[in-house]
Amino acid sequence: MKPAAFDFVRAETLEEALETLASHGGDARVIAGGQSLLPMLNMRLAKPAVLVDIMGLPALRAIRREGDAIVVPAGVRQAELLASAEIAAQPLLAAALPFLGHYQTRSRGTVCGSAAHADPSAEIPLCLVALGGEVRLRTRRKARRVKAADFFTGMMTTAKADDEMIEAVAFPVAQPGSAYAFKEYSRRHGDFAIVGCAARVASDAIDLAVCGVADTPERRSFPRLAGSALDDALNAFAWALDARDDLHASARLRRDLVRAMGRAVIEEAERCLA
Amino acid sequence: MPRLSATALHDVRFTLNGRPARVAAEPRLLATDALRHGLGLTGTHVGCEHGVCGACTILIDGVPARACLTLAVQFEGRDVRTVEGLAPSPDRLSVLQEAFRRHHALHCGFCTAGILMSVDAFLKTTPDPDEHLVREVVGGHLCRCTGYSAIVAAVLDAAAILRGDGSNV
Ligand code: FES
Ligand code: FES
Repeated sequence: MKPAAFDFVRAETLEEALETLASHGGDARVIAGGQSLLPMLNMRLAKPAVLVDIMGLPALRAIRREGDAIVVPAGVRQAELLASAEIAAQPLLAAALPFLGHYQTRSRGTVCGSAAHADPSAEIPLCLVALGGEVRLRTRRKARRVKAADFFTGMMTTAKADDEMIEAVAFPVAQPGSAYAFKEYSRRHGDFAIVGCAARVASDAIDLAVCGVADTPERRSFPRLAGSALDDALNAFAWALDARDDLHASARLRRDLVRAMGRAVIEEAERCLA
Repeated sequence: MPRLSATALHDVRFTLNGRPARVAAEPRLLATDALRHGLGLTGTHVGCEHGVCGACTILIDGVPARACLTLAVQFEGRDVRTVEGLAPSPDRLSVLQEAFRRHHALHCGFCTAGILMSVDAFLKTTPDPDEHLVREVVGGHLCRCTGYSAIVAAVLDAAAILRGDGSNV
């Protein structure tokens, strides 16, 4: 349970960090809060040759508002986002973040680190997909922005290339006339979610995003359905997610949770809208 | 750009419980091992070594951190606090430690150092927590002995005393 050996680079500029990634490719990993990476290193599920520490870069530490988006750079810890003034502009984030890990890991773990780790049951990827957010990537030579739905490509896999780092993620702020709700089911508060649901309801549309069931968070849009029509839509969504059995829950329980919690978050958002 | 080689020992300098400290570390050395083996501070316990149990929780720059999910080289220039720094003097416990003793909030004590550090930080930012919040914070730790109720009671009692409206028995 000790990491394999690696060099440790304390980047003093973003260019240095990107240069290190460019020259080492897949053998280098960015370390920020380390709350997802260190367990992987300790268990030797990851054995990078080089770690690049980006927490010394002040430009990556400040949350900012850019038009209709809350932009969270790679050095921002989860607890910092939760305590920020900016989070008030997106109620889904404010509702979901207290469920992200524990008090003792949010104080260290970063928002972008959770996106990079891409655990299928994680709250940050769910919120990004639910809100239609984006991930901002950068290499030494170029920067690009990827929609959250295209960024998460599979279980713990993303569209990030080896020489790219996540510079920031952007969460759209609440749309006028929309209401949001979040719920998750886990054995204990702070454990990985078995299923998590995030809803946005507007006068003419419902968006429902689900994590913990498919390999990536998935979002569906429905018209404003109710009653058995909503049940049918949720049932079809639950089956389409191709749930699997594992140690924590059966596929059947996961489908049940999508149906029941999906309805509960939609109804909660509807109540907020009313 | 400082690059610390995997195979060499590096001098890491930081503040430990208010005093300057240094430790020699390879980049892969965990903070738990640096504290326990390098510096002889065995109050920080190691349970799971992958961030689940909370026994190793310390404070870095005033916020809780799993020491087993921290590299010793990440201590560079930081303010680190461990359970050894909680008591005001060798013959006196802190208010929180005293409350743990009064409420029998520790049995074997394996989990205790981590919980004390979490709660110490928590009460500084949240002096008047309700029981639900305390349970959430303590929920970041595994205790196989107490059943948690005594821990929660001790935390609420310590919070009241620190606010100056406690029973202080
Ligand atoms: S030893 Fe660090 S959390 Fe268990
Ligand atoms: S007192 Fe024994 S594990 Fe908590």
